[in-house]
Amino acid sequence: MPAITSAMSVPPSVPGVDRNLDTSRHASAIDVRNMNFYYGEHQVLFDISLMVPERSVTALIGPSGCGKSTFLRTLNRMNDLVEGSRSTGVCLVEGQNIMDPAVDVVLLRKHVGMVFQKSTPFPKSIFENVAYGPRVSGEKNRAVLADLVESCLRKAALWDEVKDRLNTSAMALSGGQQQRLCIARTLATNPRIILMDEPASALDPASTDRIENLIGELCANYTIVIVTHNMQQASRVSHQTAFFFKGRLVEVGPTMKIFTSPSEKQTEDYITGRFG
Amino acid sequence: MSETPVSWATRRQHRRHETLIQWALFFCAALSVLTTAAIILVLLSNAVYAPGDKTAFFEKVSLWEFLTGTHWKPSDGPGGKYGIWPLLSGTFLVAIVAAAVSIPAGLGAAIYMSEYANPKEREWIKPVLEVLAGIPSVVFGFFALKFITPVVLKPLFQFLGADIAVFNSLSAGIVVGIMVTPLIASLSEDVIRSVPRSLREAAYALGSTRFDVSAKVVVPAALSGILASFLLAFSRAIGETMAVAIAAGGNPVFTLNPLRGAQTMTGFMVHASTGDSAADSIPRMSMYAVGITLFVITLIINLISGWILRRYREVYQ
Amino acid sequence: MNLPESKASAVSFTSGADSYIRRRLLISRAFSWICRLVTYASLAVLLVLIGSILWSSLGRLSPNFLWNHYSMNPMKAGILAGLWGSFWLVLITALFSIPIGVGSAVYLEELAKDNFFVRIIKVNLSNLAGVPSIVYGILGLTAFRPMMMFMQTLFDGQHAINIGGMFRVRLVHLSIFDGSLLIGALTMSLVIMPTVIIASQEALRAVPQSIRVASLALGATRWQTIWRQVIPAALPGIATGVILSISRAMGEAAPLMMIGVLTVASMCPGGIESPVQLVTEPSRLLSVPFDQFTAMPVEIYDWSKQPDPQDRFTSVAAAGIVVLLLVLLTINAVAMIVRTRASRKLQW
Ligand SMILES: Nc1ncnc2c1ncn2[C@@H]1O[C@H](COP(=O)(O)OP(=O)(O)OP(=O)(O)O)[C@@H](O)[C@H]1O
Ligand SMILES: [Mg+2]
Repeated sequence: MPAITSAMSVPPSVPGVDRNLDTSRHASAIDVRNMNFYYGEHQVLFDISLMVPERSVTALIGPSGCGKSTFLRTLNRMNDLVEGSRSTGVCLVEGQNIMDPAVDVVLLRKHVGMVFQKSTPFPKSIFENVAYGPRVSGEKNRAVLADLVESCLRKAALWDEVKDRLNTSAMALSGGQQQRLCIARTLATNPRIILMDEPASALDPASTDRIENLIGELCANYTIVIVTHNMQQASRVSHQTAFFFKGRLVEVGPTMKIFTSPSEKQTEDYITGRFG
Repeated sequence: MSETPVSWATRRQHRRHETLIQWALFFCAALSVLTTAAIILVLLSNAVYAPGDKTAFFEKVSLWEFLTGTHWKPSDGPGGKYGIWPLLSGTFLVAIVAAAVSIPAGLGAAIYMSEYANPKEREWIKPVLEVLAGIPSVVFGFFALKFITPVVLKPLFQFLGADIAVFNSLSAGIVVGIMVTPLIASLSEDVIRSVPRSLREAAYALGSTRFDVSAKVVVPAALSGILASFLLAFSRAIGETMAVAIAAGGNPVFTLNPLRGAQTMTGFMVHASTGDSAADSIPRMSMYAVGITLFVITLIINLISGWILRRYREVYQ
Repeated sequence: MNLPESKASAVSFTSGADSYIRRRLLISRAFSWICRLVTYASLAVLLVLIGSILWSSLGRLSPNFLWNHYSMNPMKAGILAGLWGSFWLVLITALFSIPIGVGSAVYLEELAKDNFFVRIIKVNLSNLAGVPSIVYGILGLTAFRPMMMFMQTLFDGQHAINIGGMFRVRLVHLSIFDGSLLIGALTMSLVIMPTVIIASQEALRAVPQSIRVASLALGATRWQTIWRQVIPAALPGIATGVILSISRAMGEAAPLMMIGVLTVASMCPGGIESPVQLVTEPSRLLSVPFDQFTAMPVEIYDWSKQPDPQDRFTSVAAAGIVVLLLVLLTINAVAMIVRTRASRKLQW
């Protein structure tokens, strides 16, 4: 395999991300083995095996329709909501097979949070948005909630912008703020793992920048899996990158390696922009 | 352009012919405005101010008496009393009972259809609700008078040690509630469905149960739209005529006891029009005063409901 | 399966591991059952309604109920006059409301520009749809009845009109009644007009824009496009909406009560008692719109209210309801067939 073309220069990473992480030496947060996924008769994922190390960022890249979102959504069983979907294989989250029908999806989703491409604030106040998760899991103490809301908004780098208007509608925030609010809302359920599906694709460069830095900070405590179409972003924020193509996992490895010397031709073509 | 004069001419002839059609259609559409104008004119000219030698209702009975009086006795001849409150209390009593029946039923059905039912189930629930909505008002009146009161309510209240009259607002309210349930169900289902799927997914992703998603995210998000459907149903219940005229009886008493008979505004109007008092006697003219009250109340509720619904649609579009 | 030994993890994802979630799932299940119960209850009510009516009608439901007139004897009372009255009422109502209603919808959806007056029409329309039907009854009583009285004097056989000062035409004698079918139909047209217009508007809106664009691009004028492409495409939707509105006119009694139709009728409009007469005595048709009438829901109202110590009119009213519901069922079945037929034929 030839070395990467000179046109590809890898941008500097965000603080807190080591792109040469040796994944094999880390404990795994998620360990997927031979996963197949079907929407009805239509098979979308083929024999995926992927290990996600604890407290790291894994980026999923690949052309549109290759199954990245589908894969991401199997990790917290969001695909259960799709009628007629089914999957085979094993997906270990912290050592437990979550594909098991006996798994409590409500509990699982509390531990594996998710942030969507389109920000989806509930039409409630900022405070109520963040407090939603703890509230449904039974937290009633207003003081505890207030503390939690503050700490989550701080972690999501939104506190300073909204601290004076916690009781105003979340719908009035800007797109970037809404997305950070959704991250804060996810943090409030106290997850171990956060799944992000193109979290910055609808945002302007400044907001994108903030989200990327935020990911760098969060990965000290959380395991993050992020889908992105932005190669630069993938190379900046992730320890490990996985390239999907037509429902198969073509290649996975430390981000630096994938972006400088991928071992598969398809990967190289994709990240240098020759197709996709 | 000058080399094709013929085609231009025919073109224009076409247009003239089409303008004619267009005007005709415009008049059809304008007719609805004319209808509204006619309704208002008829009501005002008989209730408030009558031109010519006729006397309108409020030229004989003071507005103050009408709005504050608690006795409605048009049949008392010259000494008749025209206080609207007995009719208002009857109307609202029936409408409130109807709301108590139709709001939980309609909302429950809406949530069930939009959040729980599988497509097959929906496919037969919706038409059945439409059938329920299509059953004429008189049929419900009969059902209230001949079934709900004697077969359901009478034994029930006997068991509870109370007495229920043959004509009572409770049975009328119950059937009116049944009648407007499909309206609430279908309107609320529409607004609940228009809550974006992404909001539901976000809620699930935060570890919600189905109940959390429906009751704490979807319904609050759709709340104003749902409220609009309640209001619309309420105004429909207020304007409901035949079922109430049959089931609630024709006795205008100022009471909030649903076990007794009552007369609603609509019930009185039916009663007055079939009565044998002379065409421009006060009892007959009082019909217009009641009519204008009914018209204004329902119009206001409908306007509020429409306004809420429009604002709701703006949020999700 | 050959799994690596699982590391000790803080939580177990197995169902039931968390008692609070267990409780929440229980609540969730209970809630879904409540919603289901409520939904099915409304359907059960429909069954009870129909069942109880069928049960009460057993005492009177017999073929002669269909061809008897009003009678004080409950065993002889029949619905013939109401059946014919409702038939004529709905027919004449349709003649008024369909062209005007569909015409309005075409104007509003296809031709109108967004100016002040059009906006007024649209706002007015949605409010008109919410006006209680009895209010239209007042309008009919006050505005249409005097018109009839005027015609009454005009067609009393004594009046004549001059045409161009040359011909004197003696007007024929027509027996015109106050509570005539024509007034009823005019009033009922106003009642259902908003529904007809709104249903037609929806049907027109469902026609894809591409059809209009394609037709205009082929050099058709706006009206040709509407008449040859848009209306045919929207026709099934319009027909369904119109039929449903018509069935509303069939069941509506309040406006008719207001304009003072007969509650006790021993005559069918125009004296036509069987369809055969339509062929053998077509001249009777002329007097139909001006004749007095009663309608099924009005008769049912009257029978329901009939004070009878032995409650014998209950079964008469119930029998009337059965007939009314059967007629409505037929109308709705037609609408359903139109809808499914059309959706099979026209597909885009
Ligand atoms: N709910 C669904 N039902 C049926 N098929 C689906 C569904 N969602 C996705 N698919 C199909 O599964 C395949 C993978 O979709 P997926 O959304 O996972 O792609 P993706 O990689 O996330 O694409 P993108 O980058 O555009 O978001 C696509 O072919 C898509 O058509
Ligand atoms: Mg995707």
